[in-house]
Amino acid sequence: MPETSPRVGLFVTCLVDMFRPSVGFAGVKLLEDAGCTVEVPEAQTCCGQPAYNSGDREDARALALNVIAAFRGYDYLVAPSGSCAGMIVKHYPEFFEPGSTEHDEALDLARRTHEITSFLTRVLKVETVKAQFPACATYHDSCSGLRELGIRNEPRKLLSSVEGVSLREMTDAEVCCGFGGTFCVKYPGISDKMLEKKIRHIEATGADTLIAGDLGCLMNMAGKLKRMGSAIKVRHVAEVLAGDYETPPIAEAK
Amino acid sequence: MTEMSTNAFKDNVSKALADDKLQFAMTETGPRFIAKRTKAREALPEFDRLRDQARDIKDHVLDHLDIYLETYEAKVKETGGHVHWAETPDDARAAVLEICRKANAKMVTKGKSMISEEIDLNKHLEENGITPVETDLGEYIIQLRNERPSHIIAPAVHLTRDQVEADFRRVHTHLDPKRDLTEIPALVEEARGVLRQKYLAADVGITGANFLVAETGTSIIVTNEGNGDLTQTLPRVHIVLASIEKLVPTLEDATTILRVLARSATGQDFSNYTTFSTGGRREGDPDGPIEYHVILLDNGRTNVLGTEFQDMLRCIRCGACLNHCPVYNAVGGHAYGWVYPGPIGSVVTPALVGIENARHLPNASTFCGRCEEVCPMRIPIPKMLRHWREKEFERHLQPASMRWGLGVWAWVAKRPKLYRRATAIAARVLANQAHGKGRLKKVPLAAGWTEIRDFPAPQGKTFHQLWKERRR
Amino acid sequence: MNAREAILGRVRARIPRGPEGSRREAVERRIAGRPRNLIPERGQGGIEHRIRVFTEMMLAVGGTVEIVDDVNEVPHAVSVYLRDGNLPAQVRRGADPVLAKLPWHRGGTLEVTEGPAADADRASITRAFAGIAESGTIVQISGADNPTTLNFLPEAHIVVLESAALFASYEEAWTKLRALMGEGNMPRTVNMISGPSRTADIEQTIVRPAHGPKNMHVIIVR
Repeated sequence: MPETSPRVGLFVTCLVDMFRPSVGFAGVKLLEDAGCTVEVPEAQTCCGQPAYNSGDREDARALALNVIAAFRGYDYLVAPSGSCAGMIVKHYPEFFEPGSTEHDEALDLARRTHEITSFLTRVLKVETVKAQFPACATYHDSCSGLRELGIRNEPRKLLSSVEGVSLREMTDAEVCCGFGGTFCVKYPGISDKMLEKKIRHIEATGADTLIAGDLGCLMNMAGKLKRMGSAIKVRHVAEVLAGDYETPPIAEAK
Repeated sequence: MTEMSTNAFKDNVSKALADDKLQFAMTETGPRFIAKRTKAREALPEFDRLRDQARDIKDHVLDHLDIYLETYEAKVKETGGHVHWAETPDDARAAVLEICRKANAKMVTKGKSMISEEIDLNKHLEENGITPVETDLGEYIIQLRNERPSHIIAPAVHLTRDQVEADFRRVHTHLDPKRDLTEIPALVEEARGVLRQKYLAADVGITGANFLVAETGTSIIVTNEGNGDLTQTLPRVHIVLASIEKLVPTLEDATTILRVLARSATGQDFSNYTTFSTGGRREGDPDGPIEYHVILLDNGRTNVLGTEFQDMLRCIRCGACLNHCPVYNAVGGHAYGWVYPGPIGSVVTPALVGIENARHLPNASTFCGRCEEVCPMRIPIPKMLRHWREKEFERHLQPASMRWGLGVWAWVAKRPKLYRRATAIAARVLANQAHGKGRLKKVPLAAGWTEIRDFPAPQGKTFHQLWKERRR
Repeated sequence: MNAREAILGRVRARIPRGPEGSRREAVERRIAGRPRNLIPERGQGGIEHRIRVFTEMMLAVGGTVEIVDDVNEVPHAVSVYLRDGNLPAQVRRGADPVLAKLPWHRGGTLEVTEGPAADADRASITRAFAGIAESGTIVQISGADNPTTLNFLPEAHIVVLESAALFASYEEAWTKLRALMGEGNMPRTVNMISGPSRTADIEQTIVRPAHGPKNMHVIIVR
């Protein structure tokens, strides 16, 4: 544990905020257990990805400025999402003219920003978590976390330290689940096809729990699994690492 | 040839998803290509560094393209070849036709050429009384079917063997009905026999070009079947169709890019036949074409230079991005509606036909990033797709409902206090509607979601509400 | 304005403009200097290593390799190869002086004819300009010595590869070619061939042959 407690601003993400606060609280627990002081900047809303990926650069830029301002002064910005963290790390600097104050600030925030499992393992050097979670699980690599931030071993390493979790790798864990933000509602047919393939691979593992690090992908896969009547439980990685098995799985009754 | 249907993408997708034969053919396509590439990459420790160099070579060429084109042209002329410049598909077609007419050509054989598809050459030749015969097996099959290629390097990858057999039986009238064509080698042998006679009879052979070498005035083709070589060696006239970005400086530079091409495409270390052609028959040559012509096509490529889209011109048409694309693997190549399918097609097509004619293509991506990850030329495909979306946004080409919805959302998201209140209300309403079941079958304005999957309900209060309560 | 000027004009208008002289110089320097890029380790090593890698790669793509100690053993090897492949004892060759001088009578009833290939030819023999260990590739150059059609029309293509011409990488073949042809010059055709003709265009199933030779047999002369 570091000598001084790092001051972490939790970037809740818009989906966790509205749909699944339990992921946010799991994140807070993990960070506090690792010795961080966690705060939640009030002015945060969304990282701006929906606008950015829809070609609305101006609104995306405005939202980026909002996040940059909201997280000024924190040692780190940590998000329970590779997608939002990837947006901040890889794309915020693209909005601003190199050499400008905004650009410097964007770069500075990018350097301070981390997805939660990679923050725990890479920055805080956490090797294990103290948690129990009974699950035979398979892990889906969300695209942005994997390909923008290179997160692959980090969640698996932490998950394998959870008492009760056994991990089974699925075929094509690194292939997109068909979420893609607005893509999944604009092209439901293609999204469905991608989901079908993903779910075939999930089912083939025999796992009873599906884990991933991004709520968008999780809601997409959980929605499909439940529509199909599957009993597979769907969880965010932070919830499992925090040992929160009391909160009902995604898309399931209380 | 079918008409361009890029703007009918959604209809094309519905058809593709309902096409059992296509879906069957596509099931194995991606995984096989991917496994082969992975193996080839792992067997060559220098692979990723070669990709960097390949990218740098092309960037250098694009920054000096005018000079490389002039240098190349001079060299081709020096070796007795002819260079024809074509701004448009019309120009290119006219140049080909003129060469064929001068040669009194009745039949031309053709090696695989995406440029030929781009300029719709076969139709033009047929209309002018010249019979084009595709000789790449996949191209031959789709020519029989009057289709476009569904893949850049595997044109008939969307078909199954029984479909091919049916086409051969329909067209090859000499075929004995009793002859067994159920196995793939029998189909290949049948095509070999038919096409061998075409090579020998053709007056003109047309090929594409994978590279043009400025140093020597050389065009390079890469094949596995040997069809390109028979096409260009046996007839009296060889025509090379190439676009202007195919230039590389030297043989060494071509070699470097060749090292990543086959590995990325088919997972081979090197293709079976890599052929370097420089001019026509020399004194003492007992075989080979008498005349050698190169058509240099622009067709919109110069408009891409110097823009945020320039990197697309590095593409060497290996098809790796198609093979690794979950969207391509779900719908196949024809859904994209024109010549270049898959991720790179969704970048290139709007540049060549206009974004207003290809509105869906840049949107039909989850930005999963696998294309960029495997591109041997390190083309940032998702970034370019996003740039096209920006163009669509600027020009109001997106559906009004989406524009309106996102506009309202962004307006609210820029006002944190309002956003807090709005999300708290939305979360509560949706949670109540779920009646404790944790999910919804239907949600207003979210038909695209609930059409195929349930909608996970919010837990009730927002994180920010709960956080405030906890701190109190 | 003609198409050439229009295209070049657009290119000039759109790409980053440095001083014309230095841009031209950059191109000339690259072409004259033709720097070698990264060359993979795989083929690098002594002749035994190169033979081993070449053989491994050629076998992997469906070709066959045999090694003889003396070029004069080639006629016998050809005759055995054709007999074992149930092919007529006939082979077509070009005017290559090394092939022309071989003691063909040692091939027994083998009938050797000279000239480019025709459709009816079943087997051909060429002398490789170079071999590339890195990928198990043969380099042939066009001309009367080894006409291009010999590489493609017959169903069996036999290649004589002298060990002195078996290089680690393509780059060495370019050096040899420049020495032969002069800087910036190429024969009409250079064929790099890695194994017999194949296709995977139907259901991605590899089938040999497609349009070219069914068999490629390389005789390495040590």
